[in-house]
Amino acid sequence: MDLTLLMYLVPSLIMFCCGVYGFVTRKNMIAVLISLELMLNAVDINFVVFNRFLFPGEMEGMFFSLFAIAIAAAETALVIAIIINVFRMAKNIDIRELTKMKF
Amino acid sequence: MDYSQFLNMPQEIGLLVVFLLVFLYDTFMSKKVQNALPVFTCVAFGLFTIANLFFAYEEGTIFGGMFETTQATVAIKAILNIGMLIVLIQSIKWANSEYMTVRRGEFYELLLITLFGMYFMISARHFLMFVIGLETASLPLAALIAFEKNRYESHEAAAKYMFTAIFSSAVFMMGLSFVYALSGSLYFSDIALSVMGEKSTMLIVALAFVIAGVGFKLSLVPFHLWTADVYQGAPTPVTGYLSVISKGSAAFGFMVILVQVFGSVYDMAWEWMLYALIVLTITLGNLFAIRQRNMKRFLAFSSVSQAGYIMLGIISANALGLGSLMYYVLVYVLSNLAAFGVIGAIENKTGKVMMADYNGLRSTNPWLSFAMMLAMFSLAGIPPFAGFFSKFFIFTSALSTGSVALYVLVLIALLNTIISLYYYLLVVKAMFINKPGEEGAIAPFKSACSERLAMIVCVLGIILVGIVSCIYSGLIEAAESSVTMFM
Repeated sequence: MDLTLLMYLVPSLIMFCCGVYGFVTRKNMIAVLISLELMLNAVDINFVVFNRFLFPGEMEGMFFSLFAIAIAAAETALVIAIIINVFRMAKNIDIRELTKMKF
Repeated sequence: MDYSQFLNMPQEIGLLVVFLLVFLYDTFMSKKVQNALPVFTCVAFGLFTIANLFFAYEEGTIFGGMFETTQATVAIKAILNIGMLIVLIQSIKWANSEYMTVRRGEFYELLLITLFGMYFMISARHFLMFVIGLETASLPLAALIAFEKNRYESHEAAAKYMFTAIFSSAVFMMGLSFVYALSGSLYFSDIALSVMGEKSTMLIVALAFVIAGVGFKLSLVPFHLWTADVYQGAPTPVTGYLSVISKGSAAFGFMVILVQVFGSVYDMAWEWMLYALIVLTITLGNLFAIRQRNMKRFLAFSSVSQAGYIMLGIISANALGLGSLMYYVLVYVLSNLAAFGVIGAIENKTGKVMMADYNGLRSTNPWLSFAMMLAMFSLAGIPPFAGFFSKFFIFTSALSTGSVALYVLVLIALLNTIISLYYYLLVVKAMFINKPGEEGAIAPFKSACSERLAMIVCVLGIILVGIVSCIYSGLIEAAESSVTMFM
Protein backbone atom coordinates (compact mmCIF):
# COMPACT_ATOMS: atom_id res chain seq x y z
CA MET A 1 0.00 0.00 0.00
CA ASP A 2 1.31 3.40 -0.90
CA LEU A 3 1.26 6.12 1.70
CA THR A 4 -0.63 9.13 0.44
CA LEU A 5 -0.38 12.78 1.36
CA LEU A 6 -3.48 12.58 3.53
CA MET A 7 -2.03 9.84 5.72
CA TYR A 8 0.64 12.27 6.85
CA LEU A 9 -1.51 15.38 7.03
CA VAL A 10 -4.21 13.93 9.29
CA PRO A 11 -1.77 12.90 12.07
CA SER A 12 0.00 16.22 11.82
CA LEU A 13 -3.29 18.07 12.13
CA ILE A 14 -4.24 15.91 15.12
CA MET A 15 -0.87 16.75 16.67
CA PHE A 16 -1.46 20.43 16.15
CA CYS A 17 -4.92 20.30 17.69
CA CYS A 18 -3.66 18.28 20.65
CA GLY A 19 -1.00 20.92 21.13
CA VAL A 20 -3.57 23.71 21.16
CA TYR A 21 -5.77 21.74 23.54
CA GLY A 22 -2.85 21.04 25.87
CA PHE A 23 -1.72 24.67 25.74
CA VAL A 24 -5.11 25.79 26.96
CA THR A 25 -5.86 23.12 29.56
CA ARG A 26 -2.56 22.00 31.11
CA LYS A 27 -1.60 23.24 34.56
CA ASN A 28 2.08 22.37 34.69
CA MET A 29 4.32 24.74 32.76
CA ILE A 30 6.49 21.90 31.48
CA ALA A 31 3.38 20.24 30.08
CA VAL A 32 2.43 23.50 28.40
CA LEU A 33 5.88 23.61 26.87
CA ILE A 34 5.47 20.05 25.60
CA SER A 35 2.16 21.03 24.01
CA LEU A 36 3.89 23.90 22.25
CA GLU A 37 6.55 21.52 20.98
CA LEU A 38 3.80 19.31 19.57
CA MET A 39 2.45 22.25 17.63
CA LEU A 40 5.88 23.17 16.26
CA ASN A 41 6.56 19.59 15.26
CA ALA A 42 3.24 19.36 13.46
CA VAL A 43 4.39 22.36 11.41
CA ASP A 44 7.66 20.60 10.58
CA ILE A 45 5.84 17.47 9.41
CA ASN A 46 3.56 19.59 7.26
CA PHE A 47 6.46 21.28 5.53
CA VAL A 48 8.36 18.07 4.87
CA VAL A 49 5.30 16.26 3.59
CA PHE A 50 4.20 19.05 1.29
CA ASN A 51 7.70 19.22 -0.08
CA ARG A 52 7.97 15.47 -0.60
CA PHE A 53 4.58 14.97 -2.25
CA LEU A 54 3.77 18.21 -4.01
CA PHE A 55 7.15 19.62 -5.02
CA PRO A 56 9.56 16.70 -5.06
CA GLY A 57 12.20 18.49 -7.13
CA GLU A 58 12.94 21.17 -4.56
CA MET A 59 14.25 21.35 -1.02
CA GLU A 60 12.69 24.55 0.26
CA GLY A 61 10.25 22.91 2.67
CA MET A 62 12.88 20.58 4.07
CA PHE A 63 15.17 23.50 4.78
CA PHE A 64 12.40 25.44 6.39
CA SER A 65 11.72 22.59 8.79
CA LEU A 66 15.43 22.28 9.60
CA PHE A 67 15.51 25.93 10.60
CA ALA A 68 12.21 25.58 12.43
CA ILE A 69 13.66 22.73 14.51
CA ALA A 70 16.66 24.86 15.46
CA ILE A 71 14.42 27.76 16.42
CA ALA A 72 12.19 25.45 18.46
CA ALA A 73 15.23 24.16 20.34
CA ALA A 74 16.33 27.70 21.17
CA GLU A 75 12.84 28.55 22.37
CA THR A 76 12.71 25.46 24.58
CA ALA A 77 16.02 26.33 26.22
CA LEU A 78 14.85 29.84 26.97
CA VAL A 79 11.47 28.74 28.33
CA ILE A 80 13.07 26.17 30.60
CA ALA A 81 15.40 28.85 31.98
CA ILE A 82 12.42 31.08 32.65
CA ILE A 83 10.49 28.20 34.28
CA ILE A 84 13.47 27.54 36.60
CA ASN A 85 13.52 31.19 37.58
CA VAL A 86 9.80 31.18 38.26
CA PHE A 87 10.23 28.04 40.35
CA ARG A 88 12.97 29.68 42.42
CA MET A 89 10.76 32.62 43.14
CA ALA A 90 7.38 31.02 43.63
CA LYS A 91 8.27 27.40 44.55
CA ASN A 92 5.84 25.95 42.05
CA ILE A 93 5.35 25.83 38.32
CA ASP A 94 1.56 25.77 38.18
CA ILE A 95 0.58 28.08 35.37
CA ARG A 96 -2.62 29.00 37.20
CA GLU A 97 -0.57 30.53 39.98
CA LEU A 98 0.91 33.12 37.63
CA THR A 99 -1.70 35.60 38.72
CA LYS A 100 0.19 38.26 40.61
CA MET A 101 -0.54 40.66 37.78
CA LYS A 102 -4.16 40.69 36.77
CA PHE A 103 -6.53 43.41 35.86
CA MET B 1 30.94 33.99 -4.05
CA ASP B 2 30.65 37.69 -4.61
CA TYR B 3 31.27 39.38 -1.30
CA SER B 4 30.46 42.83 -2.60
CA GLN B 5 26.77 41.93 -2.37
CA PHE B 6 27.02 42.47 1.38
CA LEU B 7 27.25 46.18 0.61
CA ASN B 8 23.54 45.94 -0.13
CA MET B 9 22.87 45.67 3.58
CA PRO B 10 24.79 48.69 4.95
CA GLN B 11 22.51 49.29 7.93
CA GLU B 12 22.83 45.73 9.18
CA ILE B 13 26.60 45.92 8.88
CA GLY B 14 26.62 49.23 10.76
CA LEU B 15 24.51 47.77 13.55
CA LEU B 16 26.73 44.70 13.71
CA VAL B 17 29.80 46.94 14.09
CA VAL B 18 28.12 48.80 16.96
CA PHE B 19 27.22 45.49 18.55
CA LEU B 20 30.79 44.18 18.25
CA LEU B 21 32.22 47.38 19.71
CA VAL B 22 29.90 47.12 22.70
CA PHE B 23 30.71 43.44 23.11
CA LEU B 24 34.48 44.05 22.98
CA TYR B 25 34.19 46.95 25.40
CA ASP B 26 32.19 44.81 27.80
CA THR B 27 34.61 41.90 27.59
CA PHE B 28 38.04 43.49 27.53
CA MET B 29 37.91 46.91 29.18
CA SER B 30 39.03 47.17 32.79
CA LYS B 31 36.56 47.30 35.68
CA LYS B 32 37.25 50.98 36.27
CA VAL B 33 35.76 52.11 32.98
CA GLN B 34 32.91 49.63 32.89
CA ASN B 35 30.63 52.30 34.33
CA ALA B 36 30.98 54.19 31.08
CA LEU B 37 29.58 51.31 29.01
CA PRO B 38 26.03 52.75 28.73
CA VAL B 39 27.37 56.11 27.60
CA PHE B 40 29.73 54.39 25.19
CA THR B 41 26.83 52.42 23.72
CA CYS B 42 24.77 55.58 23.34
CA VAL B 43 27.59 57.44 21.61
CA ALA B 44 28.35 54.56 19.25
CA PHE B 45 24.71 54.00 18.42
CA GLY B 46 24.09 57.73 18.13
CA LEU B 47 26.88 58.10 15.57
CA PHE B 48 25.44 55.14 13.70
CA THR B 49 21.96 56.71 13.73
CA ILE B 50 23.22 60.03 12.44
CA ALA B 51 25.38 58.40 9.77
CA ASN B 52 22.27 56.49 8.76
CA LEU B 53 20.31 59.63 8.07
CA PHE B 54 22.91 61.08 5.70
CA PHE B 55 24.11 57.97 3.92
CA ALA B 56 22.98 57.51 0.32
CA TYR B 57 21.58 54.01 -0.06
CA GLU B 58 21.42 51.93 -3.15
CA GLU B 59 18.57 49.55 -3.61
CA GLY B 60 19.49 45.96 -4.07
CA THR B 61 18.97 42.38 -3.03
CA ILE B 62 21.19 39.84 -1.35
CA PHE B 63 21.11 36.11 -0.45
CA GLY B 64 19.52 35.26 -3.77
CA GLY B 65 16.69 37.74 -3.34
CA MET B 66 15.84 36.73 0.23
CA PHE B 67 16.79 40.14 1.57
CA GLU B 68 16.00 43.43 -0.07
CA THR B 69 16.98 47.02 0.65
CA THR B 70 14.54 49.62 -0.63
CA GLN B 71 14.00 53.27 0.25
CA ALA B 72 11.06 52.24 2.44
CA THR B 73 13.08 49.74 4.51
CA VAL B 74 15.86 52.31 4.90
CA ALA B 75 13.31 54.85 6.15
CA ILE B 76 11.60 52.56 8.67
CA LYS B 77 14.97 51.39 9.96
CA ALA B 78 16.06 54.99 10.46
CA ILE B 79 12.86 55.59 12.45
CA LEU B 80 13.48 52.52 14.60
CA ASN B 81 17.06 53.72 15.16
CA ILE B 82 15.82 57.03 16.53
CA GLY B 83 13.52 55.19 18.92
CA MET B 84 16.28 52.81 19.93
CA LEU B 85 18.63 55.72 20.64
CA ILE B 86 16.05 57.31 22.92
CA VAL B 87 15.54 54.00 24.75
CA LEU B 88 19.31 53.64 25.18
CA ILE B 89 19.64 57.14 26.61
CA GLN B 90 16.70 56.56 28.95
CA SER B 91 18.20 53.36 30.28
CA ILE B 92 21.57 54.87 31.30
CA LYS B 93 20.41 55.71 34.80
CA TRP B 94 18.80 52.33 35.33
CA ALA B 95 21.80 50.47 33.89
CA ASN B 96 24.17 52.28 36.23
CA SER B 97 22.29 51.23 39.36
CA GLU B 98 24.13 49.08 41.86
CA TYR B 99 22.05 46.03 41.02
CA MET B 100 22.91 46.07 37.32
CA THR B 101 26.70 46.14 37.70
CA VAL B 102 27.44 42.63 36.48
CA ARG B 103 24.70 42.46 33.85
CA ARG B 104 25.09 45.83 32.19
CA GLY B 105 26.86 44.52 29.10
CA GLU B 106 24.34 41.77 28.47
CA PHE B 107 21.47 44.21 28.61
CA TYR B 108 22.89 46.32 25.80
CA GLU B 109 24.02 43.38 23.71
CA LEU B 110 20.60 41.75 23.88
CA LEU B 111 18.90 45.03 22.99
CA LEU B 112 21.10 45.50 19.93
CA ILE B 113 20.55 41.91 18.81
CA THR B 114 16.77 42.22 18.97
CA LEU B 115 17.03 45.29 16.76
CA PHE B 116 19.19 43.28 14.38
CA GLY B 117 16.46 40.63 14.14
CA MET B 118 13.89 43.31 13.43
CA TYR B 119 16.03 44.67 10.61
CA PHE B 120 15.97 41.25 8.99
CA MET B 121 12.24 40.94 9.52
CA ILE B 122 11.68 44.27 7.80
CA SER B 123 13.90 43.55 4.82
CA ALA B 124 12.97 39.89 4.38
CA ARG B 125 11.59 38.89 1.01
CA HIS B 126 11.42 35.18 1.82
CA PHE B 127 9.41 33.59 4.61
CA LEU B 128 12.34 31.67 6.05
CA MET B 129 14.25 34.92 6.47
CA PHE B 130 11.15 36.51 7.96
CA VAL B 131 10.69 33.77 10.55
CA ILE B 132 14.35 33.84 11.53
CA GLY B 133 14.22 37.62 11.90
CA LEU B 134 11.05 37.38 13.96
CA GLU B 135 12.56 34.83 16.32
CA THR B 136 15.88 36.67 16.58
CA ALA B 137 13.83 39.64 17.66
CA SER B 138 11.53 37.91 20.12
CA LEU B 139 13.84 35.44 21.92
CA PRO B 140 16.28 38.03 23.36
CA LEU B 141 13.28 40.16 24.27
CA ALA B 142 12.06 37.41 26.60
CA ALA B 143 15.47 37.44 28.29
CA LEU B 144 15.25 41.22 28.60
CA ILE B 145 11.78 41.05 30.13
CA ALA B 146 13.09 38.60 32.76
CA PHE B 147 16.06 40.86 33.41
CA GLU B 148 15.28 41.98 36.96
CA LYS B 149 16.26 38.74 38.56
CA ASN B 150 15.00 39.50 42.04
CA ARG B 151 11.58 40.73 41.03
CA TYR B 152 8.94 38.03 40.68
CA GLU B 153 6.78 40.05 38.28
CA SER B 154 9.61 40.19 35.81
CA HIS B 155 9.71 36.40 35.52
CA GLU B 156 5.95 36.06 35.43
CA ALA B 157 5.87 38.55 32.57
CA ALA B 158 8.64 36.70 30.73
CA ALA B 159 6.80 33.38 31.08
CA LYS B 160 3.60 34.90 29.74
CA TYR B 161 5.43 36.59 26.89
CA MET B 162 7.37 33.51 25.89
CA PHE B 163 4.41 31.11 25.93
CA THR B 164 2.30 33.42 23.79
CA ALA B 165 5.24 34.16 21.50
CA ILE B 166 5.88 30.47 20.82
CA PHE B 167 2.19 29.78 20.40
CA SER B 168 1.87 32.59 17.91
CA SER B 169 4.92 31.56 15.92
CA ALA B 170 3.61 27.97 15.76
CA VAL B 171 0.29 29.26 14.43
CA PHE B 172 2.12 31.54 12.01
CA MET B 173 4.31 28.73 10.67
CA MET B 174 1.27 26.46 10.30
CA GLY B 175 -0.19 29.13 8.05
CA LEU B 176 3.08 29.29 6.14
CA SER B 177 3.00 25.56 5.52
CA PHE B 178 -0.39 25.96 3.82
CA VAL B 179 0.93 28.88 1.80
CA TYR B 180 3.84 26.69 0.78
CA ALA B 181 1.49 23.90 -0.27
CA LEU B 182 -0.43 26.36 -2.43
CA SER B 183 2.48 27.95 -4.20
CA GLY B 184 5.52 25.71 -3.90
CA SER B 185 7.79 28.54 -2.92
CA LEU B 186 8.47 30.77 0.03
CA TYR B 187 9.69 33.79 -1.92
CA PHE B 188 7.27 36.69 -1.53
CA SER B 189 7.26 37.44 -5.24
CA ASP B 190 6.66 33.81 -6.27
CA ILE B 191 3.82 33.38 -3.82
CA ALA B 192 2.27 36.63 -5.03
CA LEU B 193 2.26 35.28 -8.59
CA SER B 194 0.77 31.91 -7.71
CA VAL B 195 -2.01 33.11 -5.42
CA MET B 196 -3.25 35.60 -7.98
CA GLY B 197 -6.88 34.84 -8.74
CA GLU B 198 -6.80 31.90 -6.35
CA LYS B 199 -10.18 31.23 -4.76
CA SER B 200 -9.65 28.31 -2.41
CA THR B 201 -10.59 27.70 1.20
CA MET B 202 -7.01 26.76 1.88
CA LEU B 203 -5.82 30.27 1.06
CA ILE B 204 -8.33 31.73 3.51
CA VAL B 205 -7.24 29.31 6.24
CA ALA B 206 -3.59 30.05 5.56
CA LEU B 207 -4.22 33.79 5.68
CA ALA B 208 -6.21 33.51 8.90
CA PHE B 209 -3.32 31.63 10.51
CA VAL B 210 -0.74 34.12 9.26
CA ILE B 211 -2.77 37.11 10.41
CA ALA B 212 -3.36 35.49 13.81
CA GLY B 213 0.35 34.77 14.19
CA VAL B 214 1.50 38.30 13.42
CA GLY B 215 -1.50 39.69 15.31
CA PHE B 216 -0.06 38.22 18.52
CA LYS B 217 3.17 40.14 18.01
CA LEU B 218 1.28 43.33 17.28
CA SER B 219 -1.21 42.67 20.12
CA LEU B 220 -4.30 43.13 17.99
CA VAL B 221 -7.43 42.49 19.98
CA PRO B 222 -8.37 38.86 20.19
CA PHE B 223 -4.65 38.20 20.70
CA HIS B 224 -3.79 41.06 23.06
CA LEU B 225 -4.18 39.42 26.46
CA TRP B 226 -0.47 39.15 27.16
CA THR B 227 0.23 42.83 26.55
CA ALA B 228 -0.77 44.45 29.83
CA ASP B 229 0.86 41.84 32.06
CA VAL B 230 4.11 41.86 30.13
CA TYR B 231 4.29 45.65 30.03
CA GLN B 232 3.68 45.84 33.74
CA GLY B 233 6.20 43.19 34.69
CA ALA B 234 9.08 44.15 32.42
CA PRO B 235 11.69 46.72 33.49
CA THR B 236 10.54 50.16 32.33
CA PRO B 237 13.20 50.72 29.60
CA VAL B 238 12.31 47.31 28.16
CA THR B 239 8.61 48.17 28.27
CA GLY B 240 9.33 51.30 26.27
CA TYR B 241 11.30 49.28 23.77
CA LEU B 242 8.61 46.61 23.53
CA SER B 243 5.81 49.08 23.00
CA VAL B 244 7.37 51.10 20.21
CA ILE B 245 10.26 49.43 18.39
CA SER B 246 8.91 45.92 18.45
CA LYS B 247 5.45 47.10 17.46
CA GLY B 248 6.67 49.40 14.71
CA SER B 249 8.79 46.77 13.04
CA ALA B 250 6.05 44.13 13.30
CA ALA B 251 3.57 46.55 11.73
CA PHE B 252 5.89 47.18 8.80
CA GLY B 253 6.56 43.45 8.32
CA PHE B 254 2.83 42.77 8.50
CA MET B 255 2.15 45.33 5.79
CA VAL B 256 4.84 43.85 3.53
CA ILE B 257 3.35 40.37 3.94
CA LEU B 258 -0.24 41.41 3.36
CA VAL B 259 0.37 43.82 0.51
CA GLN B 260 3.26 42.29 -1.35
CA VAL B 261 2.38 38.62 -0.93
CA PHE B 262 -1.40 38.65 -0.70
CA GLY B 263 -2.10 41.97 -2.41
CA SER B 264 -3.87 40.30 -5.30
CA VAL B 265 -6.48 38.67 -3.06
CA TYR B 266 -7.18 41.86 -1.14
CA ASP B 267 -10.97 42.17 -1.50
CA MET B 268 -11.75 38.52 -1.44
CA ALA B 269 -9.59 37.33 1.43
CA TRP B 270 -8.16 39.68 3.98
CA GLU B 271 -9.88 43.04 3.76
CA TRP B 272 -12.73 41.97 6.02
CA MET B 273 -10.55 40.03 8.43
CA LEU B 274 -8.43 43.12 8.96
CA TYR B 275 -11.54 45.30 9.10
CA ALA B 276 -12.96 43.30 12.00
CA LEU B 277 -9.59 43.24 13.76
CA ILE B 278 -9.20 47.01 13.50
CA VAL B 279 -12.67 47.74 14.87
CA LEU B 280 -12.18 45.32 17.77
CA THR B 281 -8.64 46.49 18.50
CA ILE B 282 -9.38 50.18 18.64
CA THR B 283 -12.62 49.84 20.59
CA LEU B 284 -11.67 47.20 23.14
CA GLY B 285 -8.21 48.68 23.66
CA ASN B 286 -9.82 52.00 24.52
CA LEU B 287 -12.48 50.55 26.78
CA PHE B 288 -9.94 48.53 28.76
CA ALA B 289 -7.58 51.50 29.03
CA ILE B 290 -10.27 53.52 30.81
CA ARG B 291 -10.29 51.26 33.86
CA GLN B 292 -6.52 50.95 34.36
CA ARG B 293 -4.95 52.60 37.39
CA ASN B 294 -1.34 51.45 36.89
CA MET B 295 0.46 53.74 34.47
CA LYS B 296 2.29 50.93 32.67
CA ARG B 297 -0.88 48.88 32.20
CA PHE B 298 -2.64 52.02 31.09
CA LEU B 299 -0.04 52.65 28.41
CA ALA B 300 -0.22 48.97 27.44
CA PHE B 301 -3.89 49.24 26.56
CA SER B 302 -3.34 52.60 24.95
CA SER B 303 -0.71 50.93 22.76
CA VAL B 304 -3.20 48.19 21.87
CA SER B 305 -5.59 50.80 20.53
CA GLN B 306 -2.74 52.66 18.80
CA ALA B 307 -1.87 49.40 17.01
CA GLY B 308 -5.39 49.48 15.61
CA TYR B 309 -4.75 52.94 14.19
CA ILE B 310 -1.49 51.74 12.66
CA MET B 311 -3.47 48.96 10.93
CA LEU B 312 -5.52 51.63 9.17
CA GLY B 313 -2.45 52.31 7.06
CA ILE B 314 -2.32 48.66 6.04
CA ILE B 315 -5.94 48.34 5.02
CA SER B 316 -5.55 51.01 2.34
CA ALA B 317 -2.84 48.80 0.71
CA ASN B 318 -1.15 51.55 -1.29
CA ALA B 319 1.96 53.70 -1.13
CA LEU B 320 0.14 56.47 0.69
CA GLY B 321 -0.79 53.93 3.37
CA LEU B 322 2.80 52.76 3.74
CA GLY B 323 4.09 56.31 4.06
CA SER B 324 1.43 57.19 6.63
CA LEU B 325 2.17 54.00 8.55
CA MET B 326 5.85 54.94 8.81
CA TYR B 327 4.97 58.48 9.82
CA TYR B 328 2.54 57.19 12.44
CA VAL B 329 5.20 54.88 13.81
CA LEU B 330 7.68 57.78 14.06
CA VAL B 331 5.24 59.98 15.95
CA TYR B 332 4.11 57.09 18.13
CA VAL B 333 7.74 56.30 18.99
CA LEU B 334 8.37 59.87 20.12
CA SER B 335 5.15 60.36 22.10
CA ASN B 336 5.14 56.97 23.77
CA LEU B 337 8.81 57.18 24.72
CA ALA B 338 8.21 60.62 26.22
CA ALA B 339 5.52 59.10 28.42
CA PHE B 340 7.73 56.15 29.35
CA GLY B 341 10.60 58.55 30.06
CA VAL B 342 8.53 60.35 32.67
CA ILE B 343 7.22 57.12 34.16
CA GLY B 344 10.73 55.67 34.29
CA ALA B 345 12.18 58.80 35.93
CA ILE B 346 9.52 58.78 38.62
CA GLU B 347 9.81 55.02 39.14
CA ASN B 348 13.60 55.22 39.46
CA LYS B 349 13.30 57.91 42.11
CA THR B 350 10.29 56.84 44.13
CA GLY B 351 9.13 53.43 42.88
CA LYS B 352 5.60 54.75 42.29
CA VAL B 353 3.69 53.72 39.17
CA MET B 354 0.02 54.26 40.02
CA MET B 355 -2.00 57.03 38.45
CA ALA B 356 -3.11 58.25 41.89
CA ASP B 357 0.52 58.88 42.79
CA TYR B 358 0.64 61.52 40.07
CA ASN B 359 -1.93 63.71 41.82
CA GLY B 360 -0.60 67.23 42.17
CA LEU B 361 2.60 66.48 40.30
CA ARG B 362 2.50 69.89 38.66
CA SER B 363 3.14 71.78 41.87
CA THR B 364 6.23 69.73 42.69
CA ASN B 365 7.70 68.71 39.31
CA PRO B 366 6.39 71.13 36.69
CA TRP B 367 8.72 70.05 33.87
CA LEU B 368 7.98 66.36 34.19
CA SER B 369 4.26 67.06 34.16
CA PHE B 370 4.73 69.31 31.15
CA ALA B 371 6.50 66.54 29.21
CA MET B 372 3.84 64.02 30.25
CA MET B 373 1.10 66.41 29.19
CA LEU B 374 2.62 66.89 25.75
CA ALA B 375 2.98 63.11 25.35
CA MET B 376 -0.67 62.57 26.31
CA PHE B 377 -1.88 65.34 23.98
CA SER B 378 0.15 63.86 21.15
CA LEU B 379 -1.13 60.32 21.77
CA ALA B 380 -4.69 61.62 21.89
CA GLY B 381 -4.19 63.66 18.70
CA ILE B 382 -4.73 67.24 19.82
CA PRO B 383 -3.93 69.63 16.94
CA PRO B 384 -0.66 71.51 17.27
CA PHE B 385 1.23 68.35 18.18
CA ALA B 386 2.54 65.61 15.94
CA GLY B 387 -0.08 63.06 17.03
CA PHE B 388 -2.79 65.06 15.30
CA PHE B 389 -0.96 65.04 11.98
CA SER B 390 -0.17 61.34 12.13
CA LYS B 391 -3.81 60.50 12.81
CA PHE B 392 -4.90 62.88 10.07
CA PHE B 393 -2.58 61.32 7.48
CA ILE B 394 -3.46 57.76 8.41
CA PHE B 395 -7.19 58.54 8.10
CA THR B 396 -6.54 60.22 4.76
CA SER B 397 -4.71 57.16 3.48
CA ALA B 398 -7.54 54.86 4.59
CA LEU B 399 -10.01 57.06 2.75
CA SER B 400 -7.90 57.27 -0.40
CA THR B 401 -9.27 54.01 -1.80
CA GLY B 402 -12.76 55.55 -1.81
CA SER B 403 -14.72 52.53 -0.65
CA VAL B 404 -17.75 53.18 1.55
CA ALA B 405 -16.83 50.48 4.04
CA LEU B 406 -13.57 52.27 4.79
CA TYR B 407 -15.44 55.55 5.38
CA VAL B 408 -17.45 53.74 8.06
CA LEU B 409 -14.23 52.33 9.51
CA VAL B 410 -12.66 55.77 9.73
CA LEU B 411 -15.82 57.07 11.38
CA ILE B 412 -15.53 54.35 14.04
CA ALA B 413 -11.87 55.21 14.52
CA LEU B 414 -12.75 58.89 14.91
CA LEU B 415 -15.40 58.14 17.53
CA ASN B 416 -12.81 56.09 19.35
CA THR B 417 -10.40 59.02 19.30
CA ILE B 418 -12.94 60.89 21.41
CA ILE B 419 -13.10 58.01 23.90
CA SER B 420 -9.32 57.93 24.04
CA LEU B 421 -9.26 61.66 24.76
CA TYR B 422 -11.08 60.91 28.02
CA TYR B 423 -8.52 58.55 29.43
CA TYR B 424 -5.46 60.41 28.20
CA LEU B 425 -6.80 63.54 29.84
CA LEU B 426 -7.39 61.61 33.09
CA VAL B 427 -3.61 61.57 33.50
CA VAL B 428 -3.37 65.29 32.75
CA LYS B 429 -6.20 65.92 35.21
CA ALA B 430 -4.41 63.92 37.90
CA MET B 431 -1.26 65.97 37.44
CA PHE B 432 -2.77 69.42 37.08
CA ILE B 433 -6.14 69.50 38.85
CA ASN B 434 -6.42 66.74 41.44
CA LYS B 435 -5.39 67.55 44.99
CA PRO B 436 -2.55 65.36 46.27
CA GLY B 437 -3.58 62.57 48.63
CA GLU B 438 -2.70 62.19 52.31
CA GLU B 439 0.89 61.26 51.56
CA GLY B 440 1.25 64.46 49.56
CA ALA B 441 2.45 64.75 45.98
CA ILE B 442 5.71 63.18 44.84
CA ALA B 443 8.45 65.33 46.33
CA PRO B 444 10.37 67.59 43.93
CA PHE B 445 13.41 65.81 42.52
CA LYS B 446 16.03 66.40 39.88
CA SER B 447 15.95 63.70 37.21
CA ALA B 448 19.24 62.41 35.85
CA CYS B 449 20.94 64.24 33.03
CA SER B 450 20.39 61.36 30.61
CA GLU B 451 16.68 61.12 31.37
CA ARG B 452 16.32 64.83 30.81
CA LEU B 453 18.16 64.62 27.49
CA ALA B 454 15.87 61.82 26.26
CA MET B 455 12.80 63.77 27.33
CA ILE B 456 13.99 66.92 25.56
CA VAL B 457 14.54 64.96 22.35
CA CYS B 458 11.06 63.44 22.59
CA VAL B 459 9.34 66.75 23.38
CA LEU B 460 11.12 68.54 20.55
CA GLY B 461 10.11 65.68 18.27
CA ILE B 462 6.47 65.89 19.35
CA ILE B 463 6.38 69.60 18.64
CA LEU B 464 8.45 69.67 15.44
CA VAL B 465 7.68 66.46 13.53
CA GLY B 466 4.15 67.59 12.80
CA ILE B 467 5.20 71.02 11.58
CA VAL B 468 8.28 70.14 9.52
CA SER B 469 6.41 68.86 6.51
CA CYS B 470 9.43 67.54 4.62
CA ILE B 471 9.48 64.50 6.94
CA TYR B 472 6.07 63.31 5.78
CA SER B 473 6.71 64.02 2.11
CA GLY B 474 10.09 62.26 2.37
CA LEU B 475 8.45 59.17 3.81
CA ILE B 476 5.77 59.19 1.11
CA GLU B 477 8.47 59.43 -1.55
CA ALA B 478 10.33 56.51 0.01
CA ALA B 479 7.11 54.48 0.04
CA GLU B 480 6.27 55.32 -3.57
CA SER B 481 9.72 54.35 -4.77
CA SER B 482 9.29 50.77 -3.54
CA VAL B 483 7.03 49.82 -6.41
CA THR B 484 7.76 46.11 -6.18
CA MET B 485 5.53 46.03 -3.13
CA PHE B 486 2.41 47.30 -4.83
CA MET B 487 1.55 45.24 -7.83
